[in-house]
Amino acid sequence: MKKLELKNLYDDFRDPATIKALSALIHEEAAKLDRDIRIMEVCGGHTHTIMKYGLKQLMPPNIRFIHGPGCPVCIMPKERIDHAYILAMQEDVILVTLGDMIKVPGSKGSLQDARSRGADVRFVYSPLDTIKIAQENPDKRIVFFAIGFETTTPMSAAMIARAEKLGLDNLLVHVNHVTVPEVMRELIDSRDEHIDSYNNRIDAFIGPSHVSVIAGAKIYKEFPEKYGRPVVVSGFEPVDVMEGVLMLVRQFTQDRCELEIQYRRSVTMEGNVAAQKQIERYFEKRPLFKWRGLGNIPDSALKLRDEYASIDAEAIYRDILPIEEIEDHKLCICGDILRGMAEPTECQVFGTACTPQKPLGSCMVSSEGACAAYYKYGDLLK
Amino acid sequence: MTKTITLAHGNGGAENQALIHDIFWKHLGNEILDRGEDAALLPTLKNPAMTTDSFTVSPLFFPGGDIGKLSICGTCNDLAMMGAAPKYLTLSVIIEEGFEARKLERIVRSMKKELATNDALIVSGDTKVVPKGTVDGLFVNTTGIGEVRAPGIGVHNIQEGDAIVVSRDIGRHGATIFVSREGLEMQSALQSDCASLWPQVASLLDSGIRPHALRDATRGGLAAVLNEWAAANELCIEVEEGAIPVSEEVRGICEMLGFEPTALANEGTFVMALDPAEVPMALEILEGFPGCESAALIGTVTTSHPGRVVLESAWGTRRFLELPTGELLPRIC
Ligand code: SF4
Ligand code: SF4
Repeated sequence: MKKLELKNLYDDFRDPATIKALSALIHEEAAKLDRDIRIMEVCGGHTHTIMKYGLKQLMPPNIRFIHGPGCPVCIMPKERIDHAYILAMQEDVILVTLGDMIKVPGSKGSLQDARSRGADVRFVYSPLDTIKIAQENPDKRIVFFAIGFETTTPMSAAMIARAEKLGLDNLLVHVNHVTVPEVMRELIDSRDEHIDSYNNRIDAFIGPSHVSVIAGAKIYKEFPEKYGRPVVVSGFEPVDVMEGVLMLVRQFTQDRCELEIQYRRSVTMEGNVAAQKQIERYFEKRPLFKWRGLGNIPDSALKLRDEYASIDAEAIYRDILPIEEIEDHKLCICGDILRGMAEPTECQVFGTACTPQKPLGSCMVSSEGACAAYYKYGDLLK
Repeated sequence: MTKTITLAHGNGGAENQALIHDIFWKHLGNEILDRGEDAALLPTLKNPAMTTDSFTVSPLFFPGGDIGKLSICGTCNDLAMMGAAPKYLTLSVIIEEGFEARKLERIVRSMKKELATNDALIVSGDTKVVPKGTVDGLFVNTTGIGEVRAPGIGVHNIQEGDAIVVSRDIGRHGATIFVSREGLEMQSALQSDCASLWPQVASLLDSGIRPHALRDATRGGLAAVLNEWAAANELCIEVEEGAIPVSEEVRGICEMLGFEPTALANEGTFVMALDPAEVPMALEILEGFPGCESAALIGTVTTSHPGRVVLESAWGTRRFLELPTGELLPRIC
């Protein structure tokens, strides 16, 4: 890695003068609006940027952010985390997953807890690193607990391809990959069981660029076309997000409703076709996947194709992995928060029974969740 | 064949003890230690200060230091942070059976070098060898006594209006250890900041500067120190994010893995609260020390959000700087 390039990359996209200038432009443009606009950033990466750089504070009062469900860790339902926990506790298993997944509590505890109880749990930076662990531990079964959106799916697929090529027979996969468009559709076009309505206040979306690098911006087309919600696919640096917001506001002032790409650095309409092919080779849609906080969403996740049952940890360990659903906490209003219908502070247990140390709902799990962000940054938030 | 440290029972016990003895004595010997009594007899000290710390680090050798250097710096730095000149240390080492004698010697040699920097002596010591697998290579404990040169330095002396200075760029030790532990392949000049701080503190005191509080930003990094200070005094510390010195290497690693430099550990970096009038001279003195060229004024103590630390960005937005928690885990997205 050449550090010089990295530095240039982030310095340009965090330039204070540019950020302030964009803020001024957004104010100017938003003054022409006669209504509030609520923009959902779908992805946790965007939420992180907005929080870390305080971008909310640079917005005029009539432009609001709704923090979306776009964090593959936060939306993981407890029953899936329990699977990981149970697998990790098997004598001959090394459970491998990505970074911050290991801190999230399931009903038996987190993977970190499993580790302190003697389980062999490891985290890797890239799924491909799992190959090495499998090679070094031929007498163990390595279970890769695969998580993430369209971004990390190709890496899981590449890992399986590589294991196949090497003839590794001790590497299993537990697939929890989820897909973005389905959950966006769910948020604006389905009945919310908690409040028993179709309500939501999402006016526009900022789409995650890294997902689109792989899947292509085309996956968001339906939102402007079918649902009247403009989408701007945007990068993760502060300048990217600010420019994305400006582009969205301009769509409203100019009475347009389109799919636009802010992040031209690497997003195309078609995406990475080779990666898409490799994903299709190993994975297919799961008819139903439960998202913590949102419930079951059709076609919103992937599973291994039946031909690969021999490496599917869910199939192999079927007998010990529970399938009963664990209900979200009754008082949790994450569903409403994600639809822009409620603020975290309206939740009865916010900051009392539900805190980042003991999250009851998905929005409190990581600092990218709306509730956790409100809890942590409290009165400095506007 | 390379010599290794074996369990001190059965055959070779005496031989082995001699080996250990030789390594430690050879490098660390001095008038007090050489007497070989059950306890060290010390000269009278004016205003003594005492501290203790245990050290484990994986890997034992890392760019910029090793566990030997670390175990001397750590304890001496705790003394220095109270304005005390390190004087006498005890050294306790627990060694895993099978540890290479050559490596042990290398570690002891780094201790020696670091003791000289602090002008301190090991006056009493102990070694234990334990069966393979019961410790990870080597654990070290050091306890130190020093002599307070400038009284009145302490967390509770921080006042509204104090300036906050950091002695050099932050996050190096944490980033270095993370990179070497995880075997991330990166060609970079990144090195731990592991160093003794007494020379810097002594120069500051000698020039008449009277800091209100000093703290080395070890585990939990800058964020932990600032939060502890704010909480202990029910005061607010307002920090200008852009003023916090961070090297390009550390920034690069943080970008890649989603860490905050402010949460990364340091082993030779301190934070200082002092009268703002003393800042220019303090910076000038610090900048004269190798590695501290980037010493900087980063913030002020106010009353706006009692007990909290506020970060202000270059474009005027503000957020709280949180107390870092738990294990460092890379962000996924
Ligand atoms: S917690 Fe943050 S970094 Fe981790 S997956 Fe969620 S959004 Fe990404
Ligand atoms: S505070 Fe907790 S329980 Fe309430 S909505 Fe947020 S995550 Fe759910």
